Amino acid sequence: MRHILSMLVENESGALSRIAGLFSARGYNIESLTVAPTDEPTLSRMTLVTWGNDDIVEQIKKQLNKLIDVVKLQDLSEGEHIEREMMLIKLRAARPDRDELMRLVDIFRAKIIDVTDLSFVVELTGASKKLDAFIKAVPEALITEVVRSGATGISRGEKGLTV
Amino acid sequence: MRSASVDQSQTDQQPPARASAAPDVAPPLLSGAEITIQALIDEGVEFVFGYPGGAVLHIYDALFKRGDAIKHILVRHEQGATHAADGYARATGKVGVCLVTSGPGATNAVTGIATAHLDSIPMVVITGQVPTPVIGSDAFQEVDTVGITRPCVKHNFLVKRVEDLALTIKKAFYIASSGRPGPVVVDIPKDVTDPNIKIPYEYPAAVHMRSYSPALRGHHGQIKKAVEKMLAAKRPVIYTGGGVVLGDASAQLSALVRALGYPITSTLMGLGAYPMTDKLFLGMLGMHGTYEANMAMHETDCLIAIGARFDDRVTGKIEHFCPHAEIIHVDVDPSSISKTVKVHVPIVGPVQSVLTDMLAVLAELGRTPDQDALAAWWQQIDAWKGIDCLRYDRTSQVIKPQFAVETLYKVTNGELFLTSDVGQHQMFAAQFYPFDKPRRWINSGGLGTMGFGLPAAMGVQLAYPDAPVACISGEASILMCIQEMATCKQYGLPIKVILLNNGYMGMVRQWQEFFYESRYAHSYVDALPDFVQLAESFGHVGMRVEQPDELESAMREAFAMRDRFVFLDVIVDPTENVYPMIAAGKGHHEMELPPTMSERELA
Ligand SMILES: Cc1ncc(C[n+]2csc(CCOP(=O)(O)OP(=O)(O)O)c2C)c(N)n1
Ligand SMILES: [Mg+2]
Repeated sequence: MRHILSMLVENESGALSRIAGLFSARGYNIESLTVAPTDEPTLSRMTLVTWGNDDIVEQIKKQLNKLIDVVKLQDLSEGEHIEREMMLIKLRAARPDRDELMRLVDIFRAKIIDVTDLSFVVELTGASKKLDAFIKAVPEALITEVVRSGATGISRGEKGLTV
Repeated sequence: MRSASVDQSQTDQQPPARASAAPDVAPPLLSGAEITIQALIDEGVEFVFGYPGGAVLHIYDALFKRGDAIKHILVRHEQGATHAADGYARATGKVGVCLVTSGPGATNAVTGIATAHLDSIPMVVITGQVPTPVIGSDAFQEVDTVGITRPCVKHNFLVKRVEDLALTIKKAFYIASSGRPGPVVVDIPKDVTDPNIKIPYEYPAAVHMRSYSPALRGHHGQIKKAVEKMLAAKRPVIYTGGGVVLGDASAQLSALVRALGYPITSTLMGLGAYPMTDKLFLGMLGMHGTYEANMAMHETDCLIAIGARFDDRVTGKIEHFCPHAEIIHVDVDPSSISKTVKVHVPIVGPVQSVLTDMLAVLAELGRTPDQDALAAWWQQIDAWKGIDCLRYDRTSQVIKPQFAVETLYKVTNGELFLTSDVGQHQMFAAQFYPFDKPRRWINSGGLGTMGFGLPAAMGVQLAYPDAPVACISGEASILMCIQEMATCKQYGLPIKVILLNNGYMGMVRQWQEFFYESRYAHSYVDALPDFVQLAESFGHVGMRVEQPDELESAMREAFAMRDRFVFLDVIVDPTENVYPMIAAGKGHHEMELPPTMSERELA
């Protein structure tokens, strides 16, 4: 099963390599990893998407918690949560294809943020699945470039992941 | 991405508490080098095992000036420094400390750091680093020490500012020695130790880390549940590991075992935590464990695992592991629980406190186990014991390695600190030298590091100068850190090396005999030195024994030389194998027994 792990991590240069190293050393799966500072300058927020059976994911969480740099960890998949990923996708948009592409952009509530005679850059935000669906919907031959941020997420309700 | 730097103002919510003294006394001004040494002194460190080099010269200079307060042991290879610090830590329970230079000094230390990591030994390794302005420029003797050691330490630090030094060292000792212990590397760039830059020094009395809080007590409900299950068991087995030794829980373990009257077995790492001569002790379990211990594991209905981590050398094939048992597991490290084997009652906490709580619950309940079931279980176990799985040919005209270990036991009355290298001799020692106290059996179990034995013995002997300390080794292993004989000479360490010289990498030869149709690919150790002369050339006493009937007197003679390092080269049967043996991929009930035993005897 796919899990979204959200972590507060000491904002130190070694933290990211410790976490990435853990996944490669122990052979765990990693689908995406995003990291950025938070409102609290000493902490980074990291969102990591992984998959595996329950036992493996349990081990992954224990091993992450064991790292000295990991301050807090939450498995968002265990409760109600919101997942968002952002994608920038460059499409070949010559005359005959433009209408079709604009219709797709409309359906997915995406935005065209750059236009030339021959191309669009489309911005799309949503759960990772929605981004996958958009990529599938666009004729493959029209895709020039796909840039995805990796998933981020937050739990629903009043409780927050804080120290 | 290089490393973790520690910035106290950033990582800690609270300022460090003051070590001592009235707040109005101005703290002394010290350089980074002086701070490094003073912090070790304030931490109560007795010995630093090290080797100098460019990046640590400022620190060595500071050390030179404080030789009164802290002892430096000059090894002959940085691997030796790490193993010696490790041996010291295993024998005493205190943190072992090393000091090595950057680049090759640090890489030479890696084997010893990994050895300590796999056996959870508390160690602080200080490595010099090139000056901060040239980090990342492939400077002379630069390696990314923090990057290289990251996967084999409990934690590591790169100290970028002298202001962070004292707190980082405090954190290193705290992390190394608390929770599940382990090695911590502190990488210090040379400019951070600059003798011309002096800052006020205060060693923090305590440290708080928001991201690190090891468990201090086990969950009471879980402990109660575990005790209930233990009392209800019909065929219980207590299986203990190195965690009992590391957690100083021998007394509590013995009290629990005796209160219940249950059979107990131990991993290689846990030997001595419960007296091995006691009748409730079934011997070691696992790949070279006893028949009775492994069979009891296979048949048990309630496995009580304490400070053990279900290592593959212990479990054999997981699918066959304890097929009938409910499993209780006590461990301070949550990630050890249900890692390879699913357990039913996990208890996360320090072994000593959990066992104390278990004893209290047991007393409170005032119940005893089902005595009829227990008697029947012991009857079964005694039948397994009757197989005498450790038998060997006692009439042999060549010295059998088992006989050598038994003789060692006899000569030393079981009162020995025994370090070991890796191979058959290690297994024979574990099988034939019953330790009755913890921290007496010192070996590299997790990493299986050849070369560990001799330097580890140095650390033990320094910790206990008047105690008998021996290193059991093989002619292949001993050569891996043989240079430390010079260190032993320099510090007058009266270690006894008991070399079980079979002329082969015996353990490798055994596997080749069993699994590669006796194709002995490079397991024959050709061109061996004359160990007697070798020892003598280092200024020690060398002796050789080839006859079984001369062994005891030779050993007595060696141990009688209480102030001399003696190297005893014991020529043993080159064809002997370690039995019983569970081949890889087999279960506990599928042991190979000594070839002298027929199938009929087993039935
Ligand atoms: C550094 C290292 N290299 C290789 C090995 C693999 N290995 C395990 S036991 C062994 C042979 C040890 O031979 P010896 O020291 O003579 O001991 P014996 O088995 O003969 O008692 C080897 C090569 C190891 N454990 N450690
Ligand atoms: Mg040998």
